[in-house]
Amino acid sequence: MSRFLIPAAVFLALAGVLYVGVVHSPNKSTMQSALLGKTVPAFSLPVLGNPGMSLTNTQLAGRPWVLNVWGTWCVACRDEHAALLDIARQNVLPLVGLNWKDEDDAALDWLQQLGNPYSVVVADRDGRTAIDFGVYGAPETFFIDDAGRVQYRHVGPMTAEIWQREFLSRLPRAGLP
Amino acid sequence: MCGPVLAVLGTLLLGISLSAFAFDIESMPTPAQQKRYDGLIHELRCMQCQNQSIADSPVGLAEDLRRDVREQIIAGKTDAQIRESMVNRYGNVILFRPPFTWSTAWVWLAPFALLLVGGFVAVRIVRKRSSLVASDDSIVETDEQAS
Repeated sequence: MSRFLIPAAVFLALAGVLYVGVVHSPNKSTMQSALLGKTVPAFSLPVLGNPGMSLTNTQLAGRPWVLNVWGTWCVACRDEHAALLDIARQNVLPLVGLNWKDEDDAALDWLQQLGNPYSVVVADRDGRTAIDFGVYGAPETFFIDDAGRVQYRHVGPMTAEIWQREFLSRLPRAGLP
Repeated sequence: MCGPVLAVLGTLLLGISLSAFAFDIESMPTPAQQKRYDGLIHELRCMQCQNQSIADSPVGLAEDLRRDVREQIIAGKTDAQIRESMVNRYGNVILFRPPFTWSTAWVWLAPFALLLVGGFVAVRIVRKRSSLVASDDSIVETDEQAS
């Protein structure tokens, strides 16, 4: 009896470890942000298409907002663009675009052709702010609460379903219009 | 038909593998800083291509992270401070050598546990074998007695 009991136990233990490993493997879409619960990194970036103007994180403090990291070189960003336009039409949360390592002209062309879902777009031309946000692949979308803390990060194209489930649900009831 | 296609594919693949190495690692002002820089960039994971270090990857993000390391070294940060700043932004996953914490303890301890199990199994097998040999001898003896 114990002849089979020990190998069976070893097998089950190994299967358990491998199962946990597979389920929690760093899937690009499920990797948690290291910033969750922490204050947004400080930034001061030029506003796209508005020379001389800049936007800082402190200007956004006091209400919840959403940061969407995108670039015209990013194919999946094109995929999510329609969803972002729908979200902008709901007018619930301000969408701040972080144009990551892009050409300003290309970005402006993109917004003109596909429509502009953003309240404001800032140009992170050398990618420093993206690194401070722990960005590793566009598109990424962050939910920042009214206290300026990162509450959620979605990696990959935004969809209506994710918006509903992960972003709208995090709005404080009192903050709803 | 197949030949030319394969030749083109081969050339493309060669191009890809060559282009993967066609970038220069930036140099540091002093040899001491260069040594620290080389060490750090080899132990930080490129988050975009997760099984390469930022020293091995030509992608833009790896380049930006190398610049970040370089600037922090020049700004006088210690290796520990630089690692911490990376972990604060990207999480422990950016370190190829994860720190010993409660959640990573099993990663560090599992090899020793497996070694113990293996040793235990080996000892058991050896013991069983030696008792088999003893009984074999007795059979041989009885055979000799019989002949």
